[in-house]
Amino acid sequence: MKKDLISITDYSKEEYLKIMRLAAEFEENPDQDLLGGQVVATLFFEPSTRTRLSFETAINRLGGKIIGIADPGSSSAAKGESLHDSIRMVSQYANLIVMRHPLDGAARYAAEVSPVPVINAGDGSNQHPTQTLLDMYSILKTQGTLDNLNIFMVGDLKYGRTVHSLLMAMSAFKNPIFNFISPAELQMPNEYKIYLREKNIRYFEHREFSDIISEADIIYMTRVQKERFSDPIEYEQVKNAYVLRNAMLEKTKPNLRILHPLPRVNEIHTDVDTNEKAYYFNQALNGVYTREAIIAHTMNLK
Amino acid sequence: MSDISKRKLKLKVSAIKEGTVIDHIPAPFLFKVIAILGLDKIKNQITFGTNLESVKLGSKAIIKVSDKFFRNDEINKIALIAPHANLNIIKNYEVVEKKIVEIPNEIKGIVKCINPQCITNHEKVTTCFKVVATNPISLKCKYCEKLTIGEQIRIQ
Repeated sequence: MKKDLISITDYSKEEYLKIMRLAAEFEENPDQDLLGGQVVATLFFEPSTRTRLSFETAINRLGGKIIGIADPGSSSAAKGESLHDSIRMVSQYANLIVMRHPLDGAARYAAEVSPVPVINAGDGSNQHPTQTLLDMYSILKTQGTLDNLNIFMVGDLKYGRTVHSLLMAMSAFKNPIFNFISPAELQMPNEYKIYLREKNIRYFEHREFSDIISEADIIYMTRVQKERFSDPIEYEQVKNAYVLRNAMLEKTKPNLRILHPLPRVNEIHTDVDTNEKAYYFNQALNGVYTREAIIAHTMNLK
Repeated sequence: MSDISKRKLKLKVSAIKEGTVIDHIPAPFLFKVIAILGLDKIKNQITFGTNLESVKLGSKAIIKVSDKFFRNDEINKIALIAPHANLNIIKNYEVVEKKIVEIPNEIKGIVKCINPQCITNHEKVTTCFKVVATNPISLKCKYCEKLTIGEQIRIQ
């Protein structure tokens, strides 16, 4: 059976740990000709330069060849071809498909249509599992463990798919504690709180971004987007209430690291960048190793 | 209508020798039930009545299909729109078995996903939902993973 990666919950805890182990291996030795010239299609039906470059770097380092769409405006989809037909065609050319699509559920559907494995590089507001695995690898690298961590999630917790997936993945490990800091309009949806309650995992909700962060092992920052608010005045009020500044980090734990899926706008002040607790730029590099690990696992090469 | 013709009509409708009587269908959903069960595509004799008085439903519909016996997985497809429907299995003019419909674990087709950004609302994809709760009925889309709950449920 082919091993698609569509949703973070497609992987078991053992698979999470295997990806972590492989990512560390690739970090030691990034250039390994495991794909041996196999063709990987990178289909970006929605532009995402950051994610595409990360995947294409990973594929190149594994000795694969790339075909793909980088600009959806010039692709067959712009001419009205269905996703079904695009995938049928491309899956005959390539050994693996990496796909980004603006619609929710497009990746699961593509995996059904395609005889070759599909890795989801983001489907609308639904899932972005490779981001979650690189977040986990960043947490493991900086904390030395995935157990017993106090994770603070800040900003847009309602629409932020990265926080939802990370929450579900980290729930597989021992004794996590979650702290959610967000405006009421963007609070963590009920279904995730129910998920945590069913698993007897502790979580706390806060409206104010204050000194409670002194307890944190990880602060996961997200962007509060203007288009999420129906009332622009509300956005203006909220926008500056969830900004992390260097002065706020004074009393925090020495092992604390700050993550952000990037791109950031103003939610992390640039004065944080030089603090050793800022980890978001290193986090992006971890993405290449993690994606090498995911591809090697998907293609049964490791 | 005279009493005699009423009785005649009743007799005419209820007289099936072999087959299935589906009762307690909410009247507005009669034709949906017919479509879901594919009754519009078979050659069997079918009679139905609709906008009949019902204490439970206000107004109900009833379908009688000759020489047709449904499998449970076939009939359970109507559970979403006719949760109180019951079936009488008729053999030689006698009711030999009564069945109620049950909500299945998975629902393929039939329901539209509530999420306008879901791929199933943009391409010809058969919808598929996992039933994650029954009161109210909560359906999790296999594709976009969003929930369609209770009154949000729309039949395709």
